[in-house]
Amino acid sequence: MTMHEKIEEAAARYPDQRSAIMPALLIAQREHGHLPGPVLEEVADILGVERIWVYELATFYTLFHTEPVGIFHLQLCDNVSCMLCRSEDLLRHLEEVLRIKKGGTTPDGLFTLSTVECLGACEMAPVMQVGDDYHGDLDIARIDALLDRLRATVRQATGADLVAPGPPGE
Amino acid sequence: MFEPVLLKNLDVPDGHLLATYEAGGGYRALAKALREHTPDEIIDLVKKSNLRGRGGAGFPTGMKWSFVPKRAGKPKYLCCNADEGEPGTFKDRIIMERDPHQLIEGMAISAYAIGAETAYVYIRGEYTLAIARLEQAIAEAHAKGYLGTRILGSDFSFVVHIHCGAGAYICGEETAMLDSLEGKRAQPRLKPPFPAVEGLYASPTVINNVETLACVPHIVARGPDWFRGIGPDKSPGPKLYCLSGQVRKPGLYELPMGIPLRELVEDCAGGPLPGRKLKAVIPGGVSAPLIPERGLDVGMDFDSLAAAGSMLGSAGVIVIDDSTCMVKVATRIIEFFHHESCGKCTPCREGLNWVVKVMRRVEAGQGAPGDLEQLEALCKGIFGNTFCALGDGAAMGLRAALAHFEHEFVAHIEERRCPFH
Repeated sequence: MTMHEKIEEAAARYPDQRSAIMPALLIAQREHGHLPGPVLEEVADILGVERIWVYELATFYTLFHTEPVGIFHLQLCDNVSCMLCRSEDLLRHLEEVLRIKKGGTTPDGLFTLSTVECLGACEMAPVMQVGDDYHGDLDIARIDALLDRLRATVRQATGADLVAPGPPGE
Repeated sequence: MFEPVLLKNLDVPDGHLLATYEAGGGYRALAKALREHTPDEIIDLVKKSNLRGRGGAGFPTGMKWSFVPKRAGKPKYLCCNADEGEPGTFKDRIIMERDPHQLIEGMAISAYAIGAETAYVYIRGEYTLAIARLEQAIAEAHAKGYLGTRILGSDFSFVVHIHCGAGAYICGEETAMLDSLEGKRAQPRLKPPFPAVEGLYASPTVINNVETLACVPHIVARGPDWFRGIGPDKSPGPKLYCLSGQVRKPGLYELPMGIPLRELVEDCAGGPLPGRKLKAVIPGGVSAPLIPERGLDVGMDFDSLAAAGSMLGSAGVIVIDDSTCMVKVATRIIEFFHHESCGKCTPCREGLNWVVKVMRRVEAGQGAPGDLEQLEALCKGIFGNTFCALGDGAAMGLRAALAHFEHEFVAHIEERRCPFH
């Protein structure tokens, strides 16, 4: 299905097209990796809604990215339960090995590092979400192994360390 | 010995599949409800069970349902609040991942009771596995005739749609969730009108938490007396407790409502980590005021915790040991509320901004004499003056930290450093 068709299918679930903006933005972000202005306008046109309605949602909700993010978005929880299980040490380690600060993206476009509010998986704290997947009970060794696996996925897909743009797993 | 009900399929292989759910007696409560009971009788059963909302507020579920007008002249909606964002809480995720049909059956019976033909499950977008499992379960239930038109040969028709959230804690507040479902920024509405009368698309709407809805099939199957026989009479039933933090066996536990907090932390979850002592426990997600170690004999139910100055909330039990700086914990909690404030009302938006600034400087050893009075003045300006409970939760939590651990705040200011570093 094209993005257009997926959005129309989602919109059929609601009596009001405005309700379909959030699902449409999630679909568009999966397609494009992030949500630049022209994509937001396209979503508004497909649904036939005011552009400002689309813009306000894209900038209100934290899962929507109006700026590009890395192929792997490392979202480390640092809320209370993870903090009590030393998520700070993991953040410091990630900043060191990736040579970026929280909020930054590696120059090769592979990793964006963020801290996020509670992921709702505190039984496996400290926890980090990468793309769709949760990784729990993390320590520095597991973080290193995870980064290696993620890099290997890209090498397998492209035969090179540097990769073409596009979200993972599509 | 308490027999788990809500988590009975937790460790069953393929517990998320329809065949497994049916093999364990699944959807028989729906068949019974449609065959033997009128919608009003279901509402009465749930009223008699004393089921109270598991999302945090503890409002009586049957009473909430009875507020829906019988003849509205508009479609009625059921919304399932699966936007589990309260830090320390993961019970709804695990129900949806491991036993999604339990929720679907609960929704179908609840929708029959209130006369809704459409439900939306508002589920946080991060929960990708739960979303996939629930989508699959909805499709299976449709194919088998548990959802759709004229369910099980009755006159009742009902569909369930999933609506993914996009990362806003405030969507757990039911009226903000409705605005979000309508495609707006999530900001709470003034009440009245209450959602039961004027909710989604200005139609009568019931909003229930995942765990609340998951209790409903069991109440129909086993009767309200069985439910009321578990735990305290005014706040009964099986309950999911989420244990996390500095504790040996974090995880999800199903036990009777009202179990002493100490038993939950020390016996079930194995107590503090080796060589550590318990210092404090947050009993119901970070909106619930913390309880110092000496207060842990309190019962884990709505009324006992309220009497102890805290709340059951989402039963997200966060355990804190003696290695942890309480100023740091309190600062992190305030940073969370500040980040998640929707910006609609001034006391919350501006007040929390100031609280964060003062807390950060105290934590950094740069606090000034008078900062604690300043914090109390800010709490006073927030508490009771906001549209929704977000600001109240922030102020109550901070006040509890100040009341029980004032000496740690004072030490930060007087020693001009964190004594834990």
